[in-house]
Amino acid sequence: MSDSRPRRRFLARVAGAAGALLLAGCDRLSRSGWFPPILERAETLTRRAQRLVTSRKSMAQEFTEADLSPGFRSNGTEVPDDARYLAMADSGFADWVLEVGGLVERPLKLTLAQLRQMPARTQITRHDCVEGWSAIGKWTGVPLHEVLARARALPRARYVVFHCADPMEGTEDSKYYESIDMDDAHHPQTILAYALNGAPLPIANGAPVRLRVERQLGYKMAKYVMSVELVDSFAHIGGGHGGYWEDRGYEWYAGI
Amino acid sequence: MKPSRDESPRPDILKRHSLAVRVMHWVNVVAVVVLLMSGLQIFNAHPALYWGRSSYTGAGPIFAPGSFPGWMTLPGAQWLAMGRRWHLFFAWVLVLNGAAYVAYSIASRHLSRDLWPSRADLRSIGRSIADHLRLRHPAGEAAARYNVLQKLAYLAIVFGVLPLLVLMGLGMSPSLDTVVPGWVDFFGGRQSVRTLHFAAAMVLTAFVAVHVFEVLVTGAWNNLRSMVTGWYRLPSPKGPS
Repeated sequence: MSDSRPRRRFLARVAGAAGALLLAGCDRLSRSGWFPPILERAETLTRRAQRLVTSRKSMAQEFTEADLSPGFRSNGTEVPDDARYLAMADSGFADWVLEVGGLVERPLKLTLAQLRQMPARTQITRHDCVEGWSAIGKWTGVPLHEVLARARALPRARYVVFHCADPMEGTEDSKYYESIDMDDAHHPQTILAYALNGAPLPIANGAPVRLRVERQLGYKMAKYVMSVELVDSFAHIGGGHGGYWEDRGYEWYAGI
Repeated sequence: MKPSRDESPRPDILKRHSLAVRVMHWVNVVAVVVLLMSGLQIFNAHPALYWGRSSYTGAGPIFAPGSFPGWMTLPGAQWLAMGRRWHLFFAWVLVLNGAAYVAYSIASRHLSRDLWPSRADLRSIGRSIADHLRLRHPAGEAAARYNVLQKLAYLAIVFGVLPLLVLMGLGMSPSLDTVVPGWVDFFGGRQSVRTLHFAAAMVLTAFVAVHVFEVLVTGAWNNLRSMVTGWYRLPSPKGPS
């Protein structure tokens, strides 16, 4: 047809303009106030769907010593920039105390030695970072449900919040924190780990104690845990989204 | 849908695509574009692919092309959290739209009537390949139906590439790999699943490139109109417009 060339040129221009508009438009949408909350609704759908098809006690895959990653890599903070933490590290965390409080009948203060005397679990599991890489390590620690049983969580408690020693931006109020719900808190593989690959947890991996929540992504697994707080809502903590990265746009439910 | 001339104003104009197919096609276009671009944003957070259960097995990455440029990613700047928000929202759009399409295609017999190749189709594969390479396209009555390569390509994407892509995406979930213990290992492990997800996305991109090329060379305006309004004008035997 004789008019096909102008039409093709027109179509190409429309496609080019649409592409440029799409890029600019999507970036503008990403920075708008109203659009990201729409995208964020998928998180609820994802969480419900995943909880529907997995049982509460479904176990993350466990591996063998042959699968261990040589030199488990560090991610996030490598050494907390915090004077109190560094002083504790100098003395081998002898005066480190894990405080367990909030909505519990019996607030606890547990030393590292006391934690090591409690029932322990060792698991070789895969750590999936939100960036895309995975590493396999052998973790030993106290199942969180053992700690919660001693502190006697109140029925009102809905979340467990982990307060950490590492200031992410140098300031006290930028300290890392995380939260999980009671289902994950009572999961057998959710442990407060004090050993990695049979040795005391290195500082780069969260010494003296880090959380393992094996069915979620790496950023949920708070390092340098200083205290555990049971709450019925985390709206008043930090930026109100349940974690340091959550306050910066990452999903609270990190199941994918 | 079965090409229909019932309401056609002219004998060479027919209704090629049903409203349902047209709507689902364009929903899919939006979802695929957003998913590919936000997928590259996510890839850029750790631009290396591995084979095995973890990234640190002692062997290095099998593919580390470096980061994709900002104009290919969504958002344009490095912003993993927002890339994930787009990706995980439109993943639902793709899956729900795709499930609706498959259900519709079976129920309306779009699948058996328009997409499933006949024996005659399969016998003509060789000729169809030669025709495609020479950019010789069916005209007249033959253009009313999909050609055999088109049918096979659509079937492979709908029932092969897209389901694999979605499954490999789900395989990266530390929660969903607990549903059937060890199922991720069947595909080589968590990092292999990530690599397969990427590879399937590249196959899909190649399909989109060929698809758009064929749309352009077989009458861009006519094809586009048929996917918007449904009406398709049969190319005259003298050659495509």
